[in-house]
Amino acid sequence: MAESVTQLEALVPPRELRRGPQTPYQRGLGGLTDHLTAMAEGKTPLWWWILFIPAAFCAAVVLPSMLAYLISTGVGVWGNNVPVAWGWDIINFVWWVGVAHAGTLISAMLFLTRQHWRTAIGRAAEAMTVFSVMCAGLYPAVHVGRVWFAWWLFPIPLTTGMWPQFRSPLMWDVFAVNTYLVVSSLFWYMGLIPDLALLRDRAKTRVRKFTYGLFALGWTGSARQWHNYEKAYLVLSGLATLLVFTVSSIVGMDFATSQLAGWHETIFPFYFVAGAVFCGFGMVLVLLIPLRKWCHLEDIITPRHIDRVCKMTLMMGCIMGYIYVMEYFIAWYSGSPYDAWVFGHRLFGHYYWFGGWIMIGVNALLPQLFWIKKVRQNLKLIFVIAVLINIGMWFERFTIIVGSLYQDFLPSSWHPFYPTWVDACTFLGTLGVFFTMYLLFVRFLPMIAVSEVKAITPQADPHHPLGGAKGGQP
Amino acid sequence: MNGTPYGLIAEFDSPAAVLHAAEKVRDAGFRRWDVFSPFPVHGLDKVMGFRNSLVGWFALVFGASAFIGSMLMIWYMNGYDYPILTGGKPMFSPPQALVPSYILLVLASAVGAFVGMVVMNRFPRLYHPLFKNSRFALVSRDKFFLVIETADPKFSETETRALLESAGSTYIELVVE
Repeated sequence: MAESVTQLEALVPPRELRRGPQTPYQRGLGGLTDHLTAMAEGKTPLWWWILFIPAAFCAAVVLPSMLAYLISTGVGVWGNNVPVAWGWDIINFVWWVGVAHAGTLISAMLFLTRQHWRTAIGRAAEAMTVFSVMCAGLYPAVHVGRVWFAWWLFPIPLTTGMWPQFRSPLMWDVFAVNTYLVVSSLFWYMGLIPDLALLRDRAKTRVRKFTYGLFALGWTGSARQWHNYEKAYLVLSGLATLLVFTVSSIVGMDFATSQLAGWHETIFPFYFVAGAVFCGFGMVLVLLIPLRKWCHLEDIITPRHIDRVCKMTLMMGCIMGYIYVMEYFIAWYSGSPYDAWVFGHRLFGHYYWFGGWIMIGVNALLPQLFWIKKVRQNLKLIFVIAVLINIGMWFERFTIIVGSLYQDFLPSSWHPFYPTWVDACTFLGTLGVFFTMYLLFVRFLPMIAVSEVKAITPQADPHHPLGGAKGGQP
Repeated sequence: MNGTPYGLIAEFDSPAAVLHAAEKVRDAGFRRWDVFSPFPVHGLDKVMGFRNSLVGWFALVFGASAFIGSMLMIWYMNGYDYPILTGGKPMFSPPQALVPSYILLVLASAVGAFVGMVVMNRFPRLYHPLFKNSRFALVSRDKFFLVIETADPKFSETETRALLESAGSTYIELVVE
């Protein structure tokens, strides 16, 4: 007996390494299950309808009418012109792809590094990834001009006998974005299977039982199923981690392989990955801070989780700052007058000088507030900062794209860019699609990975007294 | 009760209890049995003697074939069937085809891992004899079940029941198909 006590004491880490439980919710596995499925099973709250109706209107009315107008009339309905051939379409594409990245980073990379706190926010972040990649994929598809030929992008045998040109990063983009959509959806769906089975087992009506049962594929939770499932989850995490670095790198290469000053930079793939993850963390905070309150999940998504996401945001913000400094340094050090011109105009230009200031101020300087613990604990302030980060990252893409395009090498072809109402409404429409899908997800699926959260509680550990272990032994 | 019996189901309250029972059942020499839990129980893989899941191999085979297939596809399309001369570079070179091939490798491996999980678990299997048992619905909530099938050569209703009782199960029932 005495020996086993000393063994137990040896297992306890020193005080400074000791951590509290991952969730302050300590009412056992059953109570935790009821708590986490409450939103998916209870009555629809009023706030949900207040958000859903306008979002669904944007998704179902605004976006389809904008796309119909665009396709029936031509890309001229947007503000795009020559030389600014890439306008809001590509800005929003890059922005949405960026938002997606943090979800994959949280769900895949933090899984590989065994960060147990990710279980509380992983599912919600993954859903964000899936929906924002959908919104992102829409833009390249409709901006090609003749949308009815968009399928030429895929290597399909045509009567013309022509094939796509695989040296072009634009071609890589087609593959990367579609792959990202498929892999993140698979990853998200596979994580959902045990929880869909949970909702099936708890279903009160036949319709719910049938629907959840169908998508649960017949999950019973047997040890054999968990064994294969965990392996597949591990493999998918590894692959999704690769995509965190690949997709935005390729988007960056779309720019870097051109000859344009401000785009032709070796730092671009890394720059776009960092920016993407940074912007995505902003979106995670924007979504989770209100949802944890409205869905009564304050004891699952705790201030500690928010604090950690803030620290990650701070790190990414520092990387953004480094990249901005490096861009200006290279613009000066390369001695290229075109580079100097473009980068000078980002801050002191005729038209879009505000973009550069917003970019540096919001993306590099504002997150520095997260060094202060008081700020990381003030949820309202974090929410405001997170919204600003999303706006700042949008302006970063605006500055990069429009700022480099509107003054090209021939001054005679310089032309400023002004977005049209169609640009704005199309973006509003994609926001509507995103929030409609996200609200449906929050309402009908468990927004917290129930089986994962349960698995990290002490009750789930067969070597913990709460998990039924006697004297520390199973 | 009507129908053929499927097996004995025993309920446990904690992961440690079911892990302990699984050790006993294994030592008794049963082969057709399984443990059901709301989350993967740590250490159960070892007790049940699972070998490395084949899912990883599915991912490897899918991914490798996609990579090779994509390399060949790009060679055929850009280097052979409709050669495109770009910047005086060779019609086909592996680095040129690497990025799309790598992306397709990731895509196919991910699909492979998912397909592997579905195939190895024999999904979709919407019917299972255990779904008829009303207590079994708690498996996704907070209960742990150990099921020994009647198809096991060592199965005997009284003795197996006694074994499960001695393992500390709070509720034992015969499930019919």
